[in-house]
Amino acid sequence: MQNQRRMEVAVGAFMLLGVLALVFMALKVSGLAWETSNKTFQVEAYFGDIGGLKERSKVTLAGVTVGRVARIELDQQWFEARVLLELDESLQGKLSKDTAAAIQTAGLLGDNYISLTPGIEEATLAAGDTLRDTQSALILEDLINQFITRSTQD
Amino acid sequence: MLDWLARLGRPVIHLLAALGRSVIFLFQSLAGWPRSYKAVQLWMRQVYSVGVLSLIIILVSGLFIGMVLALQGYTILVDFGAEQALGQMVALSLTRELAPVVAALLFAGRAGSALTAEIGLMKATEQLSSMEMIGVDPLKRIVAPRLLAGFFALPLLSIIFTMIGIGGGWLVGVDWLGVDAGAFWSNMQASVDFQADVLNGFIKSLVFAWVVTWIAVFQGYDLVPTSEGISRATTKTVVYSSLAVLGLDFILTALMFSNL
Amino acid sequence: MSEDVAVVDNLHFSRGDKVIFSGVNLRLQPGRITAVLGPSGTGKTTLLRLLGGQLQPDQGSVRVFGQEVSRLDRKKLFALRRRMGMLFQSGALFTDMNVYDNVAFPLREHTHLPESLLRDLVLLKLEAVGLRGARDLMPAQLSGGMTRRVALARAIALDPELLMYDEPFVGQDPISMGVLVQLIKRLNQALGLTSVIVSHDIAETLSIADYAYILSGGQVIAEGTPQQLEASEQAEVHQFVAGLPDGPVPFHYPAKGLEQDLLGGGDA
Repeated sequence: MQNQRRMEVAVGAFMLLGVLALVFMALKVSGLAWETSNKTFQVEAYFGDIGGLKERSKVTLAGVTVGRVARIELDQQWFEARVLLELDESLQGKLSKDTAAAIQTAGLLGDNYISLTPGIEEATLAAGDTLRDTQSALILEDLINQFITRSTQD
Repeated sequence: MLDWLARLGRPVIHLLAALGRSVIFLFQSLAGWPRSYKAVQLWMRQVYSVGVLSLIIILVSGLFIGMVLALQGYTILVDFGAEQALGQMVALSLTRELAPVVAALLFAGRAGSALTAEIGLMKATEQLSSMEMIGVDPLKRIVAPRLLAGFFALPLLSIIFTMIGIGGGWLVGVDWLGVDAGAFWSNMQASVDFQADVLNGFIKSLVFAWVVTWIAVFQGYDLVPTSEGISRATTKTVVYSSLAVLGLDFILTALMFSNL
Repeated sequence: MSEDVAVVDNLHFSRGDKVIFSGVNLRLQPGRITAVLGPSGTGKTTLLRLLGGQLQPDQGSVRVFGQEVSRLDRKKLFALRRRMGMLFQSGALFTDMNVYDNVAFPLREHTHLPESLLRDLVLLKLEAVGLRGARDLMPAQLSGGMTRRVALARAIALDPELLMYDEPFVGQDPISMGVLVQLIKRLNQALGLTSVIVSHDIAETLSIADYAYILSGGQVIAEGTPQQLEASEQAEVHQFVAGLPDGPVPFHYPAKGLEQDLLGGGDA
């Protein structure tokens, strides 16, 4: 009986250690926070070229993450990329309607993300609105090409 | 010519027969496993001998692998001035690959071979037969708790391995080599994704747990009940389960990470 | 006369290419000790396994308590086995339990007796084999004879109607052999069991058996009461009962002539 009890305690401790390890992995290693359940609202934006933008890419405002890319699809009429952005609900009714969205690259070779720049209009963005002022991704190869063709023209 | 064909065919037939037997064996053991307090106690005893007793080797190996990873990674990363990314490198290689695989290999060597030998010895000393004659099904009484304990213990061991490995990496990287602690953790958190990395690694170890335990218990149950048979079956357990783990690891990695 | 406990009819069984039984007929009568004798390697243990349903006959029938063993599904088979007890050659005690728990095992698995009643039952069974004092020992601490007696206590724990002994006397010193012989005889009388003993220790087995079969070459070559067998004129029976080294059962394994083998040299 004493043995049985010691064994049960050991197994219990083992399980606890496993759960602890899982929590450690979630919080400390992968930096999982409970923000995913926060309420959001969606706006859309059209880009001529999204480069390496992916679903779940970051959306930032002044460098602070304020949302994620929810969906990317092709607009069949204009052949542009239609990107749905999920923004933090606290921003609803505060961003002006002419807010600009630009696809940027973190560092020279890093991931693409969307950077928002507030505008000056009085009317504010509501769920389902479209961002008019967009700037497509800068493709490094295109830049180099342009640079080469221009320098050969000179 | 026919002889040659027969020589080719015989091992294939043997292999298929063993595979078939092992699948039937798995279903017979697990179908209708009683959910009584006694069954839970039997299972717990096996979790103890399979899981808790493997903990020491898992902890020690995890610590050393994490430390070596940090040391090796540092000498390479420092050439690019990227030693800040050490945490990211250690954490990613552990969660995605090293922890599930190495924990499974150690588990096969420590717990798998013990399972095979234990069940084999019970078979050789007629304990399984006598249990059958008492009217107790050894598949339910002996095999099922061991299978379920193995399925449960290895994923836990693997995640503990990851944690202790990252701890080892931190020890060498931050404490010894002087990488900035903030950069170590924040780079790790920025690059390790809970779903893509931690959960996928966990799924890998779940699969390995099934395969290794299944092989070990089946080899014990199916062996020739002599001392030579037991030693051969124990070797087979380690060899087969190591090969299965490495092979499956490739397939799982291809499925999980290739389209990222 | 009541119905036979077990009837084996025209039994055929082979393992791989090796034929073990070709047409064996046996019957076990209630309340009696039946012996099955035969040289090593004649499949005596296999016979018990066929009775217990651990093996399936190739042909013929094995009926125990009026049921065809090979036709039972797993559940019915396990129910049938609760009415049988089997003493294995090695004893086959569960090595991770002590003597008490070994004997209590069948009771714990099959009944829901309160622990106090269970304790009384176990101690009574242990008392019957004279090992009540050894209840806390582990199987590894027991001598061969004691192991077998504990196994016997475990086999009778559920009060079976049929008890099967697999080579109960092998490798025992004279004293524990005598103890076992007496024990088997006494248990059979006290519990009203039907017993079958499979053995090649002729003298001891015949001393307590009511009826005996002699197996050789996959067939029953002789049967009768011990007195009938001892008086038998049949050459094989005489060789076996008297324990002569050579006779119809040859001393030599089949081989070509010795001279030919020695002088033939290298082509082997």
